[in-house]
Amino acid sequence: MYLFLLRRVGLMLLTALSLSFIVFCLTNLAPNLEKLARTEGSVRMTDDDVANWVIQNGHGGSMVSRYGEWLGVVPGWVLTDEKGVTRGRCLQGGLTVESAPRFCGIFQGNWGTSTVFREPVLKTVTNKLAATGWLMFWVMMVMVPTALVLGVLSGMREGSRTDRVLSTFAIASTATPEYVSGVILIAFLGSATAGISPVLSSWGWIEGRTLFQGTATSAMDKITFWNFALPVITIALYGIGYIARMTRASMTEVMTQQYIRTARLKGVSFRQIIIKHALRNALIAPFTVIMLQFPWLLNGVVIVETLFNYKGFGWTLVQAAGNNDIQLLLGCSVVAVFVVLITQLISDIGYVFLNPRIRLS
Amino acid sequence: MDTLSWPMIFGKMAIQFTPVWIALLVTFALSIQFKRRLGLYGKLFDSTVGMAGFALVAFWVFTAIFADLIITYDPLGQLSGMKNAVPGSPTTGVENAWYLLGGDHLARDVFSRMVMGARRVLAIAPAATIIAFMVGITLGLPAGYFGGKLDTALSFIANLVLAFPVILLFYLLVTPEIRVTGIPVALAAILFLFPVVFVCVLLNSRFFTSPPKRNLYVGTAAILGLWAYSGLAFNADPTGFWSMDPNLLNVFVSVVFVNAPTVFRIVRGMVMDLKARDYVAAGQTRGEGAWYIMLWEILPNARGPLIVDFCLRIGYTTILLGTLGFFGLGVSPESPDWGSTIDDGRRLLSIYPHPAVVPALALMSLVLGLNLLADGLREESLRD
Amino acid sequence: MADWDPSKPILEIENLSISFFTRLREIPAVMDFSCTVMPGEAMGLVGESGCGKSTVALAVMRDLGKNGKIVAGSIKFKGRDLTNMSEDALRSIRGSEIAMIYQEPMASLNPAMRVGDQLAEVPMIHQNMSRTEALKLARQIVADVRLPDPDRILQAYPHQLSGGQQQRIVIAMALMAKPALLILDEPTTALDVTVEAGIVDLVKELGAKYGTSMLFISHNLGLILDVCDRLCVMYSGEAVETGNVEEVFDNMRHPYTQALFRSIPLPGADKNASPLIAIPGNFPLPHERPKGCNFGPRCDYFKEGLCNKGDISMSAVPDDDRHASRCERWQEIDWAAPPAKRKAVAKTPIGPVVLKLDDLKKYYSVSSGAFGGGASKVVKANETLSFEAHEGETLAIVGESGCGKSTFAKVLMGLETATSGQIMLFDENVQDTPIQARNVDTVSSLQMVFQNPFDTLNPSMSVGRQIIRALEVFNIGTSDADREARMLELLDLVKLPRAFAERMPRQLSGGQKQRVGIARAFAGGAKIVVADEPVSALDVSVQAAVTDLLMEIQRKNKTTLLFISHDLSIVRYLSDRVMVMYLGHVVELGTTDQVFSPPYHPYTEALLSAVPIADTRVVKRRIVLEGDIPSAMNPPSGCPFQTRCRWKSEVPNGLCDREVPPVKVMAGGHQIKCHLDDTILNTMEPVIKIAAE
Repeated sequence: MYLFLLRRVGLMLLTALSLSFIVFCLTNLAPNLEKLARTEGSVRMTDDDVANWVIQNGHGGSMVSRYGEWLGVVPGWVLTDEKGVTRGRCLQGGLTVESAPRFCGIFQGNWGTSTVFREPVLKTVTNKLAATGWLMFWVMMVMVPTALVLGVLSGMREGSRTDRVLSTFAIASTATPEYVSGVILIAFLGSATAGISPVLSSWGWIEGRTLFQGTATSAMDKITFWNFALPVITIALYGIGYIARMTRASMTEVMTQQYIRTARLKGVSFRQIIIKHALRNALIAPFTVIMLQFPWLLNGVVIVETLFNYKGFGWTLVQAAGNNDIQLLLGCSVVAVFVVLITQLISDIGYVFLNPRIRLS
Repeated sequence: MDTLSWPMIFGKMAIQFTPVWIALLVTFALSIQFKRRLGLYGKLFDSTVGMAGFALVAFWVFTAIFADLIITYDPLGQLSGMKNAVPGSPTTGVENAWYLLGGDHLARDVFSRMVMGARRVLAIAPAATIIAFMVGITLGLPAGYFGGKLDTALSFIANLVLAFPVILLFYLLVTPEIRVTGIPVALAAILFLFPVVFVCVLLNSRFFTSPPKRNLYVGTAAILGLWAYSGLAFNADPTGFWSMDPNLLNVFVSVVFVNAPTVFRIVRGMVMDLKARDYVAAGQTRGEGAWYIMLWEILPNARGPLIVDFCLRIGYTTILLGTLGFFGLGVSPESPDWGSTIDDGRRLLSIYPHPAVVPALALMSLVLGLNLLADGLREESLRD
Repeated sequence: MADWDPSKPILEIENLSISFFTRLREIPAVMDFSCTVMPGEAMGLVGESGCGKSTVALAVMRDLGKNGKIVAGSIKFKGRDLTNMSEDALRSIRGSEIAMIYQEPMASLNPAMRVGDQLAEVPMIHQNMSRTEALKLARQIVADVRLPDPDRILQAYPHQLSGGQQQRIVIAMALMAKPALLILDEPTTALDVTVEAGIVDLVKELGAKYGTSMLFISHNLGLILDVCDRLCVMYSGEAVETGNVEEVFDNMRHPYTQALFRSIPLPGADKNASPLIAIPGNFPLPHERPKGCNFGPRCDYFKEGLCNKGDISMSAVPDDDRHASRCERWQEIDWAAPPAKRKAVAKTPIGPVVLKLDDLKKYYSVSSGAFGGGASKVVKANETLSFEAHEGETLAIVGESGCGKSTFAKVLMGLETATSGQIMLFDENVQDTPIQARNVDTVSSLQMVFQNPFDTLNPSMSVGRQIIRALEVFNIGTSDADREARMLELLDLVKLPRAFAERMPRQLSGGQKQRVGIARAFAGGAKIVVADEPVSALDVSVQAAVTDLLMEIQRKNKTTLLFISHDLSIVRYLSDRVMVMYLGHVVELGTTDQVFSPPYHPYTEALLSAVPIADTRVVKRRIVLEGDIPSAMNPPSGCPFQTRCRWKSEVPNGLCDREVPPVKVMAGGHQIKCHLDDTILNTMEPVIKIAAE
């Protein structure tokens, strides 16, 4: 068992290294660096100036050595230009060549500086992650129970009316990506000119002009039902459909198993069959699915934060990418990849633990 | 002239869609007539869900085909005074003409843009999905069949791609900067080679017993394939018949890249299951080559789940294309693409919802249709 | 149920008809079925697959699913009609009064629940017993079904038990509430014969101990004879004959029953002198049943205008104990007359050696542990295999699961290469040549027929295409037309209509698919054919036909047949020589007569005793092996069979624990791998005796 854990974690670290290297390469492509030079230096720089700037700012070495420096396993660069100004990766905040540490990569906690926010990347990322954490938390609270209940209800009697209604709902919700459901929800519930808000407003049932708020900017300060409900539902909706369908499939399969018939012919009541015999077996598959939903949830987060102008992690990612903020984009990517890998790990281990057939063999 | 009422708007739209209705009617009449002779496709017409899905998908396919007949205005043309016009607004200066679904923030006709958007989506999504399937199948078959180191290596790579949040991958892969480096062309060079290899191996393994036939078939396939390959991947087709806009190539390649690993995993899993069958052993004991067994003994028997996944995956690809448009990646700002239209419209969403809601509903209905179709197919293929 | 009179039948089914409703039509599954089970009686339901026997069992449990409906008749349990009972009342009967045991023990136990909890659930529901009490009872019953270490078993999950142990748990579960009626649906079909024998003994013993009535469903007539007092033969949804087991076996009064008995290999049947008689034609599909007698089209005694006129009802056979037959002509037929169609054929001469194995070994290294880590282990799938096979000879390879017979087939075919030793095929050493490196002639002359008819053909390729493909690969024929003609000839050879070339495999029955499989194997004029349990998945009446076909082709082509099987009845019927394998070792090798008569290897002795024989004249010595077959991953030290051997105490010095026995060559080249002394071996008595008539 520990061996299995060890191997899994090892594999995960290998994956993380490979992925971060790929991301590093893709963000540090020559055109990106040239663009950076023109924004940081001057727009009117000649091509030679640009090349020079790139080298002078430590982007000149081979991709592998720069990656090593960024990780913090290769000593940071130190260069003195023709004007005699010495610059170096670790020479920030008034440190001199002598007093600066040799290594300063992400292992040492140095994630670089964001060119957009003008602050250390680590600080930006942690702040924004906290904001997104709340969003994710509420999404999970809404999505997982709803999806499981829907899935189990429709799967326990395949082909019944409940099943048909719930399945249709699930299919419809998986067909609605966040940027569609968000737009429709805002138009219907959060628009001053369309949907139900003008009607409610004219009846005097609501105080403001809209029922829900079409943006979640105010949720950065204080989360309320009215400013947070729409973004949460928007993300959850897509996931609900998907997880509910998985749960239903798993549940219907379990319900046709022989051991369910055994239980029925033992005289166990339908309720008890569902609770004692079917649920545990049926929930093993959805568990992994929920965990593997995280990459997609991240997608949803990016879309929804952009759509609702909620300044969280996803919004930051878009800002970083849009403004060629290499260090910030790199930082965000690494965090995103790690989140995904860790959920995959949890999903794998959880699957083994939930399934006695694998755990004990 | 007055603004049209909603029933009038729908009536006028229905008239615009006349070619689509005729095509749908013919398709359904013929399909239901001959459904017993049409295999799985025919069985689809036994299930309400499947028929509903098929109807939605066929609607959009025919819309894309007849788009030129359906549109009322040039989707890129701007009419003065029609900026953010509400649905059913009469166009200024012309008698008996309306912006059926209103105008957008640049005074373009929302209805015509929606119709043209269908053409764009349906031109890319199925093609990209097919290529993704070819890549996934060509790699998934040997990984599942041989197992071992090959499987470990390929699975590792597939998992690497799958561990990327899609949106991040898009932000890294679909940028103007990356086009300069030539990475998309390199990726296209690799990915587009798979269909050619796939078809050639498929034919060779089947006809190697009769060399003249084999040379003819494989030769034709290779020449046609490489011709298209040179045009699509490198824009080097001497006749100019095959070519792809670099922007589009970039989008296309990244969508294939995102989808292929999932297909790979599905195929690999099914091969591992099917390779234990006796007919596979029978093939082995008569000395068949590995590729014949994979392509002709195993693959045809995995077709059911693959067809279902194919439908779902076109829907997923449609969503991905919308996402790309929504973030303005890889599309020209003019393009009537649904995703970018939604993005354009969302800025004024709380005041003028219609420019965003119309393409949103269009995209949703197409994906819903594909999902329903997949569901119907799955149900019918499991029956009897 | 206090008012139920114990002298009345416990189960009384009258004129029961059951139909399944699909989108297109109503499919009648059971028609006009009647039977009664008295207290303490064991009733057997026998018939081929699709005859409706399992449907009857499920109808008694009222568990026919969404599509199944009882359309007529009644099922009275202790005088109460189950057909119109409410869901609640049914639930109180299920599990407590009527319990059921199923075919697949693994599938019928909940994989995520401990065995103890699954057992305890029954009294907790039906007798409101506390959990502790219930677990105590469970422990006692687990000991009753003779499982070792009950406490450990109660804590285990189902997958931690072997197939035989799981089936014992299922039996224990059924007995938890001491039901009055036990329904057993093919309870041993998924198990090995030696394990099956143990389960059958247990069922009989517990039935007697608790006075439980039984409804025993099986396709195996031998098992029915073993377990039941009465039986009911079903054909195509109808009961065709019912009565006392001995009477029906010895004085059958329905042509189907007679045909069934003539198609199974009983002791005394011989492939040359008195070959089996297959039932002609095919089992009718439910919606294609003929008018009148369902068996009519396949019956030797069919009479136009009488048998196909209208519905036929059961008529009692006078003087016998509740014996009845659904035949219009049973009184006219001369039941003692010998079968007309039986024709003896000349014995095929045995030719030169075509295949010689010398000290063949095949080891696999597998990594142990579920998580892929750990030290790798060596699995010895085949140990020192040496034998010869001659032209035109049938060599049977007998053994239960895990004995290494499939590995041997793989190595021989070239799908795997041998670890050491030699395989001499014709005059070529092939032990190290994988199939890709063998030339086309070698490949086409050594072919295989597979076990599972539903798996042997590619479901998405037409029958003709599959045969033509084999011809193409074997370089037979010069043009497409040529191969097409050759393919049609092959269909003739296996007695299939030429029109089948266009069909897809799903349109064929199991037996027909198996024939196509045979045609495919002989496409390149195979000289040696490995037949891996070719008939074990087929119905008995079809088995005879397919076996006959194989024999006929063998005679024509002088083929060497390596017949892998676990069914000793069929082995005895068709083989010239027999090789018995256990855990990768050949434990006995000799001519059929040598192997089937003493001296035996102790394993062969047990195997012979375990095989149920559907003949009332046969008297068997009962030798039940303890425990299960050890895993090939973890074989016992010394003699592979020592853990279950009843003769072990006869060998001094614990030799069996320490050393693998040498091969002992007895009179006539009969080989036995055993430490037992010759004197002890020679005192062994025959297991099967046919009582003097």
